[in-house]
Amino acid sequence: MLTSLLSISLGAILINNFIFSQFLGICPFLGCSNKMDTAAGMGLAVIFVMGLASALCWMINEWILMPLDLGFMQTVAYILVIASLVQFIEMFLKKSVPSLYSALGIYLPLITTNCAVLGVVLLNTQNSYNFIESVVYGITGGIGFLVAICLLASVREKIEFADYPKAFEGFAIALVTGGLLSLAFMGFSGMKIF
Amino acid sequence: MTAKQQFKEGLITNNPVLVQQIGMCATMAITTSMFNGIGMGLSVLIILTCCNVVISAIRKIIPNEIRLAIFVVVIAGFVTIVDLVLQAYIPALSESLGVFIPLIVVNCIIIGRAEAFCQKNPVGLAFRDGIFQGLGYTAVLFIMCLIREFLGKGSFGGGLLNTIDGVIGTGNGVQIFPSEFGASILTLPVGGFITLGCILAAMNYALRKSEEKKEARERAEKEGK
Repeated sequence: MLTSLLSISLGAILINNFIFSQFLGICPFLGCSNKMDTAAGMGLAVIFVMGLASALCWMINEWILMPLDLGFMQTVAYILVIASLVQFIEMFLKKSVPSLYSALGIYLPLITTNCAVLGVVLLNTQNSYNFIESVVYGITGGIGFLVAICLLASVREKIEFADYPKAFEGFAIALVTGGLLSLAFMGFSGMKIF
Repeated sequence: MTAKQQFKEGLITNNPVLVQQIGMCATMAITTSMFNGIGMGLSVLIILTCCNVVISAIRKIIPNEIRLAIFVVVIAGFVTIVDLVLQAYIPALSESLGVFIPLIVVNCIIIGRAEAFCQKNPVGLAFRDGIFQGLGYTAVLFIMCLIREFLGKGSFGGGLLNTIDGVIGTGNGVQIFPSEFGASILTLPVGGFITLGCILAAMNYALRKSEEKKEARERAEKEGK
Protein backbone atom coordinates (compact mmCIF):
# COMPACT_ATOMS: atom_id res chain seq x y z
CA MET A 1 0.00 0.00 0.00
CA LEU A 2 2.63 2.48 1.11
CA THR A 3 4.96 1.58 -1.71
CA SER A 4 2.22 2.03 -4.29
CA LEU A 5 1.41 5.45 -2.80
CA LEU A 6 5.11 6.33 -2.89
CA SER A 7 5.39 5.30 -6.51
CA ILE A 8 2.27 7.29 -7.40
CA SER A 9 3.64 10.38 -5.66
CA LEU A 10 7.10 10.22 -7.15
CA GLY A 11 5.58 9.45 -10.52
CA ALA A 12 3.32 12.48 -10.37
CA ILE A 13 6.00 14.87 -9.13
CA LEU A 14 9.06 13.80 -11.09
CA ILE A 15 8.72 10.98 -13.59
CA ASN A 16 5.41 11.80 -15.23
CA ASN A 17 5.25 15.45 -14.26
CA PHE A 18 1.93 16.91 -15.36
CA ILE A 19 3.55 19.76 -17.24
CA PHE A 20 6.78 18.36 -18.54
CA SER A 21 5.71 14.97 -19.74
CA GLN A 22 1.91 14.97 -19.92
CA PHE A 23 1.30 18.51 -21.21
CA LEU A 24 -1.58 19.21 -18.85
CA GLY A 25 -2.08 22.75 -17.59
CA ILE A 26 0.17 24.52 -20.07
CA CYS A 27 -1.98 27.68 -20.26
CA PRO A 28 -1.57 28.72 -16.60
CA PHE A 29 1.98 27.39 -16.71
CA LEU A 30 2.82 30.00 -19.35
CA GLY A 31 0.35 32.68 -18.30
CA CYS A 32 1.15 32.89 -14.58
CA SER A 33 4.90 32.32 -14.60
CA ASN A 34 6.08 35.90 -15.06
CA LYS A 35 6.83 36.39 -11.38
CA MET A 36 7.70 34.04 -8.58
CA ASP A 37 4.87 35.26 -6.29
CA THR A 38 2.10 34.70 -8.79
CA ALA A 39 3.58 31.37 -9.80
CA ALA A 40 3.68 30.14 -6.22
CA GLY A 41 0.12 31.37 -5.59
CA MET A 42 -1.18 29.60 -8.66
CA GLY A 43 0.69 26.43 -7.76
CA LEU A 44 -0.73 26.35 -4.23
CA ALA A 45 -4.25 26.96 -5.50
CA VAL A 46 -3.84 24.11 -7.98
CA ILE A 47 -2.66 21.67 -5.28
CA PHE A 48 -5.69 22.58 -3.18
CA VAL A 49 -8.23 22.22 -5.97
CA MET A 50 -6.69 19.10 -7.49
CA GLY A 51 -6.74 17.27 -4.17
CA LEU A 52 -10.34 18.22 -3.42
CA ALA A 53 -11.54 17.56 -6.97
CA SER A 54 -9.93 14.11 -6.98
CA ALA A 55 -11.72 13.19 -3.76
CA LEU A 56 -15.08 14.59 -4.83
CA CYS A 57 -15.04 13.14 -8.32
CA TRP A 58 -14.04 9.72 -7.03
CA MET A 59 -17.13 9.76 -4.81
CA ILE A 60 -19.38 10.95 -7.61
CA ASN A 61 -18.04 8.34 -9.98
CA GLU A 62 -18.13 5.44 -7.55
CA TRP A 63 -21.38 6.20 -5.72
CA ILE A 64 -23.54 7.88 -8.35
CA LEU A 65 -22.36 7.34 -11.91
CA MET A 66 -21.29 3.69 -11.61
CA PRO A 67 -24.38 2.31 -9.77
CA LEU A 68 -26.68 4.13 -12.19
CA ASP A 69 -24.63 2.97 -15.19
CA LEU A 70 -24.03 6.53 -16.34
CA GLY A 71 -20.35 6.15 -17.21
CA PHE A 72 -20.80 8.14 -20.41
CA MET A 73 -21.75 11.21 -18.39
CA GLN A 74 -18.31 11.33 -16.76
CA THR A 75 -16.94 14.33 -18.63
CA VAL A 76 -20.05 16.43 -18.08
CA ALA A 77 -20.33 15.46 -14.42
CA TYR A 78 -16.65 16.06 -13.68
CA ILE A 79 -16.49 19.50 -15.25
CA LEU A 80 -19.62 20.56 -13.39
CA VAL A 81 -18.18 19.28 -10.12
CA ILE A 82 -14.93 21.13 -10.72
CA ALA A 83 -16.64 24.38 -11.71
CA SER A 84 -18.94 24.37 -8.71
CA LEU A 85 -16.14 23.25 -6.38
CA VAL A 86 -14.03 26.20 -7.46
CA GLN A 87 -16.94 28.56 -6.98
CA PHE A 88 -17.67 27.08 -3.58
CA ILE A 89 -14.07 27.26 -2.40
CA GLU A 90 -13.96 30.87 -3.49
CA MET A 91 -17.05 31.76 -1.45
CA PHE A 92 -15.86 29.74 1.55
CA LEU A 93 -12.41 31.33 1.60
CA LYS A 94 -13.85 34.81 1.18
CA LYS A 95 -16.02 34.33 4.26
CA SER A 96 -13.78 32.39 6.60
CA VAL A 97 -10.13 32.69 5.57
CA PRO A 98 -9.83 36.15 3.99
CA SER A 99 -6.03 36.13 4.15
CA LEU A 100 -5.80 32.96 2.07
CA TYR A 101 -8.51 34.32 -0.21
CA SER A 102 -6.55 37.45 -0.97
CA ALA A 103 -3.48 35.33 -1.65
CA LEU A 104 -5.20 32.90 -4.01
CA GLY A 105 -8.10 35.16 -5.02
CA ILE A 106 -7.60 35.87 -8.66
CA TYR A 107 -6.16 32.45 -9.48
CA LEU A 108 -9.08 30.45 -8.22
CA PRO A 109 -11.57 31.15 -11.02
CA LEU A 110 -8.86 30.52 -13.61
CA ILE A 111 -8.43 27.00 -12.31
CA THR A 112 -11.78 25.85 -13.68
CA THR A 113 -10.33 25.86 -17.17
CA ASN A 114 -7.01 24.40 -16.10
CA CYS A 115 -6.82 21.11 -17.93
CA ALA A 116 -4.58 19.63 -15.25
CA VAL A 117 -7.54 19.49 -12.86
CA LEU A 118 -9.92 17.75 -15.26
CA GLY A 119 -6.96 15.71 -16.47
CA VAL A 120 -6.08 14.34 -13.04
CA VAL A 121 -9.68 13.36 -12.40
CA LEU A 122 -9.98 11.57 -15.74
CA LEU A 123 -6.65 9.82 -15.19
CA ASN A 124 -7.81 8.67 -11.74
CA THR A 125 -10.79 7.00 -13.37
CA GLN A 126 -8.72 5.62 -16.24
CA ASN A 127 -6.18 4.05 -13.88
CA SER A 128 -9.03 2.91 -11.57
CA TYR A 129 -7.34 4.25 -8.46
CA ASN A 130 -9.07 3.78 -5.12
CA PHE A 131 -10.03 6.72 -2.92
CA ILE A 132 -6.70 7.21 -1.15
CA GLU A 133 -4.70 6.71 -4.32
CA SER A 134 -6.87 9.26 -6.13
CA VAL A 135 -6.38 11.89 -3.45
CA VAL A 136 -2.65 11.25 -3.27
CA TYR A 137 -2.37 11.42 -7.05
CA GLY A 138 -4.31 14.68 -7.09
CA ILE A 139 -2.22 16.35 -4.40
CA THR A 140 1.14 15.14 -5.69
CA GLY A 141 0.15 16.06 -9.23
CA GLY A 142 -0.49 19.55 -7.88
CA ILE A 143 2.91 19.54 -6.20
CA GLY A 144 4.45 18.56 -9.53
CA PHE A 145 2.69 21.54 -11.10
CA LEU A 146 3.96 23.84 -8.34
CA VAL A 147 7.53 22.61 -8.85
CA ALA A 148 7.30 23.11 -12.60
CA ILE A 149 5.74 26.58 -12.51
CA CYS A 150 8.18 27.81 -9.84
CA LEU A 151 11.15 26.53 -11.83
CA LEU A 152 9.93 28.30 -14.95
CA ALA A 153 9.16 31.51 -13.04
CA SER A 154 12.64 31.65 -11.54
CA VAL A 155 14.19 31.19 -14.98
CA ARG A 156 11.88 33.73 -16.61
CA GLU A 157 12.73 36.38 -14.01
CA LYS A 158 16.35 36.08 -15.13
CA ILE A 159 15.51 35.85 -18.82
CA GLU A 160 13.91 39.28 -18.73
CA PHE A 161 17.36 40.81 -18.61
CA ALA A 162 18.84 38.51 -21.22
CA ASP A 163 19.44 39.45 -24.81
CA TYR A 164 17.44 37.14 -27.04
CA PRO A 165 16.00 37.59 -30.55
CA LYS A 166 13.09 40.00 -30.59
CA ALA A 167 10.80 37.54 -32.34
CA PHE A 168 10.95 35.22 -29.32
CA GLU A 169 9.35 37.78 -27.01
CA GLY A 170 6.52 36.58 -24.77
CA PHE A 171 5.34 32.99 -24.88
CA ALA A 172 7.87 31.80 -27.46
CA ILE A 173 10.91 32.15 -25.20
CA ALA A 174 8.91 30.74 -22.27
CA LEU A 175 8.05 27.67 -24.36
CA VAL A 176 11.67 27.10 -25.35
CA THR A 177 12.70 27.49 -21.70
CA GLY A 178 9.97 25.06 -20.69
CA GLY A 179 11.32 22.66 -23.30
CA LEU A 180 14.80 22.79 -21.77
CA LEU A 181 13.34 22.20 -18.29
CA SER A 182 11.41 19.28 -19.67
CA LEU A 183 14.67 17.95 -21.12
CA ALA A 184 16.11 18.03 -17.60
CA PHE A 185 13.06 16.22 -16.25
CA MET A 186 13.53 13.54 -18.90
CA GLY A 187 16.39 12.34 -16.74
CA PHE A 188 13.79 10.90 -14.36
CA SER A 189 12.00 8.90 -17.04
CA GLY A 190 12.47 5.20 -16.89
CA MET A 191 12.89 5.32 -13.12
CA LYS A 192 10.79 2.62 -11.51
CA ILE A 193 9.83 2.30 -7.87
CA PHE A 194 8.19 -0.76 -6.44
CA MET B 1 -17.77 40.65 -41.74
CA THR B 2 -17.24 38.72 -44.94
CA ALA B 3 -16.29 35.06 -45.17
CA LYS B 4 -12.95 36.01 -46.69
CA GLN B 5 -12.07 38.24 -43.74
CA GLN B 6 -13.06 35.52 -41.30
CA PHE B 7 -10.99 32.98 -43.22
CA LYS B 8 -7.91 35.18 -43.02
CA GLU B 9 -8.53 35.86 -39.33
CA GLY B 10 -8.89 32.21 -38.43
CA LEU B 11 -5.86 31.04 -40.34
CA ILE B 12 -3.45 33.91 -39.92
CA THR B 13 -4.18 37.22 -38.25
CA ASN B 14 -6.22 35.84 -35.35
CA ASN B 15 -5.07 32.22 -35.35
CA PRO B 16 -6.17 30.54 -32.10
CA VAL B 17 -2.81 29.02 -31.20
CA LEU B 18 -0.28 31.33 -32.80
CA VAL B 19 -1.88 34.73 -32.15
CA GLN B 20 -4.47 34.28 -29.39
CA GLN B 21 -2.05 31.81 -27.76
CA ILE B 22 -4.68 29.51 -26.32
CA GLY B 23 -5.26 25.77 -26.50
CA MET B 24 -1.61 24.83 -26.34
CA CYS B 25 -1.74 21.68 -24.22
CA ALA B 26 -3.11 19.42 -26.91
CA THR B 27 -1.10 21.19 -29.59
CA MET B 28 2.10 20.01 -27.99
CA ALA B 29 0.93 16.71 -26.60
CA ILE B 30 -0.61 14.92 -29.56
CA THR B 31 1.36 16.16 -32.55
CA THR B 32 3.56 13.11 -32.77
CA SER B 33 1.92 11.65 -35.86
CA MET B 34 -0.08 13.13 -38.71
CA PHE B 35 -3.00 10.83 -37.90
CA ASN B 36 -3.29 12.19 -34.35
CA GLY B 37 -2.84 15.79 -35.44
CA ILE B 38 -5.46 15.78 -38.17
CA GLY B 39 -7.85 13.70 -36.06
CA MET B 40 -7.58 16.10 -33.13
CA GLY B 41 -7.87 19.15 -35.38
CA LEU B 42 -11.03 17.87 -37.05
CA SER B 43 -12.57 16.85 -33.71
CA VAL B 44 -12.02 20.35 -32.38
CA LEU B 45 -13.35 21.85 -35.61
CA ILE B 46 -16.59 19.85 -35.34
CA ILE B 47 -17.08 20.56 -31.64
CA LEU B 48 -16.24 24.24 -32.06
CA THR B 49 -18.68 24.68 -34.93
CA CYS B 50 -21.53 22.91 -33.12
CA CYS B 51 -20.92 24.84 -29.90
CA ASN B 52 -20.67 28.15 -31.74
CA VAL B 53 -23.98 27.57 -33.49
CA VAL B 54 -25.83 26.48 -30.35
CA ILE B 55 -24.43 29.20 -28.12
CA SER B 56 -25.07 31.87 -30.71
CA ALA B 57 -28.62 30.61 -31.17
CA ILE B 58 -29.43 30.80 -27.46
CA ARG B 59 -27.35 33.90 -26.76
CA LYS B 60 -30.38 36.09 -26.09
CA ILE B 61 -31.90 33.86 -23.41
CA ILE B 62 -28.69 33.13 -21.48
CA PRO B 63 -28.60 35.08 -18.20
CA ASN B 64 -25.30 36.93 -18.04
CA GLU B 65 -24.34 35.76 -14.54
CA ILE B 66 -24.32 32.05 -15.28
CA ARG B 67 -23.23 32.15 -18.90
CA LEU B 68 -19.93 30.35 -18.27
CA ALA B 69 -21.69 27.42 -16.63
CA ILE B 70 -24.06 27.17 -19.59
CA PHE B 71 -21.19 27.33 -22.09
CA VAL B 72 -19.38 24.56 -20.24
CA VAL B 73 -22.44 22.32 -20.23
CA VAL B 74 -23.03 22.83 -23.96
CA ILE B 75 -19.37 22.16 -24.72
CA ALA B 76 -19.22 19.11 -22.46
CA GLY B 77 -22.29 17.71 -24.21
CA PHE B 78 -20.78 17.96 -27.67
CA VAL B 79 -17.41 16.67 -26.47
CA THR B 80 -19.10 13.60 -25.02
CA ILE B 81 -20.91 12.99 -28.32
CA VAL B 82 -17.69 13.24 -30.33
CA ASP B 83 -15.84 11.09 -27.78
CA LEU B 84 -18.43 8.31 -28.02
CA VAL B 85 -18.57 8.51 -31.83
CA LEU B 86 -14.79 8.21 -32.05
CA GLN B 87 -14.78 5.27 -29.64
CA ALA B 88 -17.36 3.53 -31.79
CA TYR B 89 -16.10 4.25 -35.30
CA ILE B 90 -12.40 5.22 -35.09
CA PRO B 91 -11.18 3.39 -31.97
CA ALA B 92 -7.54 3.78 -33.05
CA LEU B 93 -7.82 7.56 -32.85
CA SER B 94 -9.69 7.47 -29.57
CA GLU B 95 -6.97 5.24 -28.12
CA SER B 96 -4.02 7.31 -29.23
CA LEU B 97 -5.53 10.66 -28.21
CA GLY B 98 -6.65 9.18 -24.90
CA VAL B 99 -7.47 11.72 -22.25
CA PHE B 100 -7.07 14.64 -24.67
CA ILE B 101 -10.48 14.09 -26.27
CA PRO B 102 -12.48 14.66 -23.05
CA LEU B 103 -10.06 17.46 -22.26
CA ILE B 104 -11.38 19.44 -25.23
CA VAL B 105 -14.00 20.59 -22.69
CA VAL B 106 -11.45 22.81 -21.02
CA ASN B 107 -9.73 23.77 -24.27
CA CYS B 108 -9.68 27.55 -24.06
CA ILE B 109 -10.30 27.88 -27.80
CA ILE B 110 -13.93 26.81 -27.53
CA ILE B 111 -14.84 28.73 -24.40
CA GLY B 112 -12.83 31.68 -25.67
CA ARG B 113 -14.72 31.85 -28.97
CA ALA B 114 -18.03 31.47 -27.13
CA GLU B 115 -17.15 34.36 -24.86
CA ALA B 116 -15.53 36.62 -27.43
CA PHE B 117 -17.56 35.97 -30.56
CA CYS B 118 -20.75 33.89 -30.31
CA GLN B 119 -22.24 35.99 -27.55
CA LYS B 120 -22.48 38.98 -29.84
CA ASN B 121 -22.96 37.55 -33.32
CA PRO B 122 -25.76 35.82 -35.24
CA VAL B 123 -25.76 32.11 -36.03
CA GLY B 124 -24.42 32.36 -39.59
CA LEU B 125 -21.34 34.32 -38.59
CA ALA B 126 -20.74 32.07 -35.58
CA PHE B 127 -20.95 28.99 -37.81
CA ARG B 128 -18.33 30.36 -40.20
CA ASP B 129 -16.19 31.46 -37.28
CA GLY B 130 -16.24 27.91 -35.92
CA ILE B 131 -15.19 26.44 -39.26
CA PHE B 132 -12.37 28.91 -39.88
CA GLN B 133 -11.01 28.97 -36.33
CA GLY B 134 -11.13 25.17 -36.37
CA LEU B 135 -9.26 25.17 -39.67
CA GLY B 136 -6.67 27.52 -38.20
CA TYR B 137 -6.18 25.14 -35.28
CA THR B 138 -5.94 22.14 -37.61
CA ALA B 139 -3.38 23.98 -39.73
CA VAL B 140 -1.15 24.59 -36.71
CA LEU B 141 -1.42 20.95 -35.65
CA PHE B 142 -0.59 19.91 -39.22
CA ILE B 143 2.53 22.09 -39.31
CA MET B 144 3.64 20.83 -35.89
CA CYS B 145 3.20 17.20 -36.98
CA LEU B 146 5.00 17.88 -40.24
CA ILE B 147 8.05 19.34 -38.50
CA ARG B 148 8.19 16.89 -35.62
CA GLU B 149 7.66 13.82 -37.78
CA PHE B 150 10.01 14.82 -40.56
CA LEU B 151 12.91 16.01 -38.41
CA GLY B 152 12.30 13.47 -35.64
CA LYS B 153 11.67 10.28 -37.57
CA GLY B 154 12.27 11.19 -41.19
CA SER B 155 8.74 10.24 -42.14
CA PHE B 156 5.62 11.95 -43.44
CA GLY B 157 1.95 11.31 -42.73
CA GLY B 158 2.26 8.72 -39.94
CA GLY B 159 -0.92 6.68 -39.54
CA LEU B 160 -2.49 8.16 -42.67
CA LEU B 161 -0.23 7.26 -45.59
CA ASN B 162 1.33 3.90 -46.27
CA THR B 163 -0.66 2.19 -43.51
CA ILE B 164 -0.20 -1.45 -42.56
CA ASP B 165 -2.84 -3.51 -44.45
CA GLY B 166 -4.78 -0.33 -45.12
CA VAL B 167 -5.84 -0.01 -41.48
CA ILE B 168 -5.94 3.67 -40.60
CA GLY B 169 -3.84 4.70 -37.62
CA THR B 170 -1.06 2.14 -38.11
CA GLY B 171 2.41 2.42 -39.54
CA ASN B 172 4.88 5.27 -39.64
CA GLY B 173 3.89 6.85 -42.93
CA VAL B 174 6.18 7.41 -45.89
CA GLN B 175 9.82 7.16 -44.88
CA ILE B 176 11.77 10.00 -46.48
CA PHE B 177 15.12 9.28 -44.84
CA PRO B 178 16.04 6.45 -42.46
CA SER B 179 14.66 7.08 -39.00
CA GLU B 180 18.08 6.53 -37.36
CA PHE B 181 19.20 9.85 -38.81
CA GLY B 182 16.30 11.78 -37.28
CA ALA B 183 16.65 14.00 -34.22
CA SER B 184 14.50 11.71 -32.10
CA ILE B 185 14.36 14.36 -29.36
CA LEU B 186 11.68 16.13 -31.41
CA THR B 187 9.31 13.21 -30.95
CA LEU B 188 9.65 13.47 -27.15
CA PRO B 189 7.80 16.06 -24.98
CA VAL B 190 10.82 18.38 -25.27
CA GLY B 191 10.27 18.55 -29.01
CA GLY B 192 6.70 19.73 -28.50
CA PHE B 193 7.78 22.69 -26.40
CA ILE B 194 10.66 23.74 -28.62
CA THR B 195 8.84 23.28 -31.94
CA LEU B 196 5.86 25.33 -30.78
CA GLY B 197 8.18 27.99 -29.36
CA CYS B 198 9.98 28.31 -32.68
CA ILE B 199 6.72 28.41 -34.67
CA LEU B 200 5.40 31.16 -32.38
CA ALA B 201 8.60 33.12 -32.86
CA ALA B 202 8.40 32.70 -36.64
CA MET B 203 4.81 33.91 -36.58
CA ASN B 204 5.75 36.94 -34.44
CA TYR B 205 8.51 37.76 -36.89
CA ALA B 206 6.26 37.44 -39.93
CA LEU B 207 3.47 39.54 -38.38
CA ARG B 208 5.91 42.25 -37.36
CA LYS B 209 7.51 42.33 -40.80
CA SER B 210 4.13 42.61 -42.53
CA GLU B 211 3.11 45.43 -40.20
CA GLU B 212 6.32 47.32 -40.86
CA LYS B 213 5.77 46.92 -44.58
CA LYS B 214 2.22 48.23 -44.26
CA GLU B 215 3.37 51.24 -42.28
CA ALA B 216 6.12 51.96 -44.78
CA ARG B 217 3.61 51.79 -47.62
CA GLU B 218 1.22 54.13 -45.83
CA ARG B 219 4.04 56.55 -45.13
CA ALA B 220 5.10 56.46 -48.77
CA GLU B 221 1.53 57.15 -49.87
CA LYS B 222 1.27 60.11 -47.53
CA GLU B 223 4.52 61.57 -48.76
CA GLY B 224 3.44 60.97 -52.35
CA LYS B 225 0.42 63.15 -51.74
